[in-house]
Amino acid sequence: MIASLGAQAGLAYAFVEREIALSRRYWAWELVWLVYGVVTSLSVAYIGLAAPAISGGATDAAAISRFVLYLLVGTITWRFLGLIFEQMGETIAWERWEGTIEYTFMAPVPRLTHLIGMCGATLVRAIGFSVAILAAVALFIPVDLSHANAPAAIVLLVTGAVAFIGLAIGSAVFPLLWTEKGLQMAYIVQAVVLLVSGVYYPTTVLPAWMQALSVISPATYVIRGMRAALLDGADVGGVWPDLWPALVVGAISIPLGLRAFLWAEAHAKRTGRLKRSG
Amino acid sequence: MAIDTRERPAMRENAPSRVAALAATGIRKGFRSSRLEAGRGAHLLAVDDVSLRVERGEIYGLLGANGSGKSTLIRVFSTLLTADAGEVRIFGLDIRRDELAVKRLINRVSVEASFFKKLSAMENLVYAARLYGVGPDESRAKIVSVLSRLGVDEKRLGEPLEKLSRGMQQKVAIARAFLTAPMLLLLDEPTTGLDIRSKREVQTFVRDLRDEHDATILLTTHDLDEAARLADRIGILHEGRLVAEGTAAELTTGYGASTLEEVFMTATGRRLDDADATNAERSE
Repeated sequence: MIASLGAQAGLAYAFVEREIALSRRYWAWELVWLVYGVVTSLSVAYIGLAAPAISGGATDAAAISRFVLYLLVGTITWRFLGLIFEQMGETIAWERWEGTIEYTFMAPVPRLTHLIGMCGATLVRAIGFSVAILAAVALFIPVDLSHANAPAAIVLLVTGAVAFIGLAIGSAVFPLLWTEKGLQMAYIVQAVVLLVSGVYYPTTVLPAWMQALSVISPATYVIRGMRAALLDGADVGGVWPDLWPALVVGAISIPLGLRAFLWAEAHAKRTGRLKRSG
Repeated sequence: MAIDTRERPAMRENAPSRVAALAATGIRKGFRSSRLEAGRGAHLLAVDDVSLRVERGEIYGLLGANGSGKSTLIRVFSTLLTADAGEVRIFGLDIRRDELAVKRLINRVSVEASFFKKLSAMENLVYAARLYGVGPDESRAKIVSVLSRLGVDEKRLGEPLEKLSRGMQQKVAIARAFLTAPMLLLLDEPTTGLDIRSKREVQTFVRDLRDEHDATILLTTHDLDEAARLADRIGILHEGRLVAEGTAAELTTGYGASTLEEVFMTATGRRLDDADATNAERSE
């Protein structure tokens, strides 16, 4: 049993090692994406700083500081979750373009092990990027984390990552089945999740039908909980109302995502879609 | 220098000699064309009721023009395509029910050497070997040895694959398949596009692989010389159907021909070059 688990871990690690090797070879592109992440996060933070000037309201320093942190928590948490989401789909799309997907699928690696390996690689990248963006943003914008409850924030991030993995696996079906446009389809799903999850605003401002969608997005709970932990210092018990729904979404989305991926693989094998040139 | 490979003694010793390396019965595979293309929704039968048996240790050459169904058949045997009908057994294992076990016994080289082009040959091969449970300590030495035997200089192993010639990339693809010590190696036109020297090196390697390591090889080609040079038995595939099968001698005798080219013409009603040209036009 332990030997078998060790063997599966070794197989899963192949995908992590591969992604690290690819990141090293594409280091310039990684730098571009990092700069992009820093710039977009800074842009959002400056909107917060400029709020009094834009709205013509009063300049209460504490309120502005809270507003900036509110936006930063949203944008950086979304960056972290979004990277998980994007990376899964992009890896499948990349393998389709390179033609290596056939060799990956032909290898004696159970699909669950394969996807766990991909998730591991994705998490390593998402954590690295998010920490770097937070550090870079802190150089420009004063971030007051004196009230933050770090353990609660970490628990929420881990839960959010798990919940997003299911969504990401499910969306990776698009590039698996449609080489040319599949990735864009996955991006549409991501954009909808961004819209309804309260990344930059409370979901209460959304129309009722969008609020209904926000209920099934794990990002809604993770971002709301992160704000409670980092702005108001809520502990794990305090963020529980947001933690348990994220756990439930994860518990549902992972088996559903996996099932969708397995169905897509079987469909691709039936219709000959794994071969890019048809 | 002998080829150094990772043996699977238990499997090799226990495999009853009567169990075929590959036994395919009544394989049928069709594709539906896109509704947006001409002949919308038409069903194209790529492989039509093909049955063939490849014995352990044999090199079986599947000869056919472009579009005759060779690659489709190889992809069915590689678990990458699901046949519409028929049964495939690899060393007695059903390709659908025992898919994971079958995958451990096979590997495939396709006509396109598909790799992560920015990664080096070494990085690509270490990754590929890991997927078959071979760790880097073991694979690195073997990669150097196999590629040196195929005529690839060790100094080039650290370069991104995209900087290597098509011939070298194909040799790396062959090394990728060989590293996993497959009992059944599926070679889909492995020498297409190679220069004469590289072609000979690959052909010699394939023969040595069978002679020294008890590997069974199914090779598709549209090169008559290659089929005659390498294959113990040859099957001729035409428009998805297996229209002739036997050793080169049996085929020439059976068809009253003096060359395989004549056998092909008699069995299919066309010259191999003409059939290739017609199929190329059709696919444009």
